[in-house]
Amino acid sequence: MKTYLKHQRPNPLLARVQRVFRHGDLPWDWLIALMAGVVILLVLGIGLLLWTTSANARAKFGLSFVLPTPDASWDPISDKFQAWPFIYGTLLTSIVAIALAVPISLGIAVFLAELCPARLRQPLSWMIELLAAIPSVIYGLWGIFVFLPKVVAPFGDFLGVTLGNLPGLSVLFRGPIPESGASRLAASLILTIMIIPTIAAVSRDVFLAIPRAQREASLALGATQWETIWQVLIPYGLSGILGAAILGLGRALGETMAVTMVIGNSIEGSLSLLRPGYTMSSIIANEFAEAVTQLHSEALIEIGLVLFALTLVLNLIARLLVWSVARRTPQEARA
Amino acid sequence: MTTSSPALSNRRFIRSSTGYMRRQVVNRVMLSLTGVLTALALLPLFWIIGYVFIKGSQSLSLDFFTKLPTPLGIPGGGVLHAIEGTVVLTILAGLFAIPPGVLAAFYVAGHPNTPLGVAVRFGTDVLAGVPSIVVGLFGYALVVKNQGHYSALAGGIALAIIMLPTIVRTTEEMLKLVPHTLREGSLALGAPEWKTSLSVTLQAAANGILTGFLLGLARASGETAPLLFTALGNEHFEVVRLVQGGLRNGQNLGAILVNLVEQPADSLPLTMWKYAQQPYAERIQQSWAVALVLMLFVLLINILVRVWSHARTSRMQGG
Repeated sequence: MKTYLKHQRPNPLLARVQRVFRHGDLPWDWLIALMAGVVILLVLGIGLLLWTTSANARAKFGLSFVLPTPDASWDPISDKFQAWPFIYGTLLTSIVAIALAVPISLGIAVFLAELCPARLRQPLSWMIELLAAIPSVIYGLWGIFVFLPKVVAPFGDFLGVTLGNLPGLSVLFRGPIPESGASRLAASLILTIMIIPTIAAVSRDVFLAIPRAQREASLALGATQWETIWQVLIPYGLSGILGAAILGLGRALGETMAVTMVIGNSIEGSLSLLRPGYTMSSIIANEFAEAVTQLHSEALIEIGLVLFALTLVLNLIARLLVWSVARRTPQEARA
Repeated sequence: MTTSSPALSNRRFIRSSTGYMRRQVVNRVMLSLTGVLTALALLPLFWIIGYVFIKGSQSLSLDFFTKLPTPLGIPGGGVLHAIEGTVVLTILAGLFAIPPGVLAAFYVAGHPNTPLGVAVRFGTDVLAGVPSIVVGLFGYALVVKNQGHYSALAGGIALAIIMLPTIVRTTEEMLKLVPHTLREGSLALGAPEWKTSLSVTLQAAANGILTGFLLGLARASGETAPLLFTALGNEHFEVVRLVQGGLRNGQNLGAILVNLVEQPADSLPLTMWKYAQQPYAERIQQSWAVALVLMLFVLLINILVRVWSHARTSRMQGG
């Protein structure tokens, strides 16, 4: 009897719990929000963990770790570390790669979006995207045994005797390029090939998103197709194209395996493109597993932190630019 | 006459309207150039595929897939350890990346404009841009440093971080394509939101989501940098031997699996990288063979996924 009464009396707490959990929808909402939070926590966690694990190196070297220094030392034996040569290597190879890849990718994007027959567009786009699917280590292997001896070494020799003797450019193009071809130039050219698919695909989408009326107005005014592309479409999509380029730059900065295999991995004073060097990612790949001291591995982690911060900033800028184009273009106006 | 029109007061147009022939020539040249550039960019693709195919096929044999590496100087041997390692690592990565990735995609697809939804989409993009070597350092600091040893587990976690953005993004896209009426029908029948999501929306989007998994797997299986200081490499990684050893010692299945993922593991790209740096012709030859296997695997997945999703979308568009 007693139990029956107790059973009839609704337990307010239990009822509330039942209401809240009705059908299990609330836990589901929590679960998916939690997993969404995991993505953000991961990004923050990567930065935070690299920051804390490099604490000693940051405290010891301060800003001099990343600032440009002409006679920077990287000496695991005496525990003195300055990362400028690697930052220089990364910036130089990435900038050269971007300078080469942007015009080529724009050409591809224009061809795919404006010129090529509709039947060819899809297969050609796939092929360009396949370039991005090939693992980076295969680029490296092909680079070492095919691309470097067949293309980079002769090209580097040519640059050395022509541009290497010009007064302003001799710092960048002073030879001789090593016989194997392993050099910053090799890394730049491999990076160019590797980032073309990224830039071309995003720019193609930018072109495809430009309203048809823009083209028709320009053509109706008597502009040729090229003038339409150069004077109307490219200015119209400029921020999107810029975003694509920055996205490609982000990829170039972080690319590791192919670069490590072709850049020659040497710490020497030369600033020349034709000499071997290191990038931030290649020094980590080469030395981290065999770091000599605690400070050595912390210094390498700090390089990783710098790399992370660089790509983070670049990605934020690139996404904002691409988004700004997408927002500005009305959907119904698309070609 | 046209030059006096105010609409054409743009000086560039006036200047360029004078030399008709020159403009036509520039037009032709530049337009042809875009085609040439496209061909130029595709040249490395065919060069790499062709070269890897020719070089790699020379040393492919059955042993290559079924034997462990032999000591240097002894001919034969294969890369069974790397194949098994790649399988273990990608399974681990899938286990860690797919459930949270799909659930996060449900959140983003359902709440696209809430602050968390926008932040997650942004976070996904940022995560996709984090260099893989940095992910490797993160895996080291998170797992290896705390455990005190390299392991397949650490490698799997690092690869999962690489896969996660691909999975979230493709799943989100596919969930958005599911018609609202389908969901509303289920809700009207009294099914709760979670059940609708799992057994209606997810089923309807299953094919598309699967392609996302496959692309993520293809990308993860080709990655080397995240594994350098997490899975490290292990020439003696052999699943069968580990399992048999565990059974002989009377371990249960859980303990055997834990033991398996606590070992350092090798993978195909990792093996390729190590072999390519050795000064022995036979190792370099094997490196090409590994490259061929890896490349065929990655290309096959990519082409299949594209053909498949292309066929599906054109069928849907055709009604």
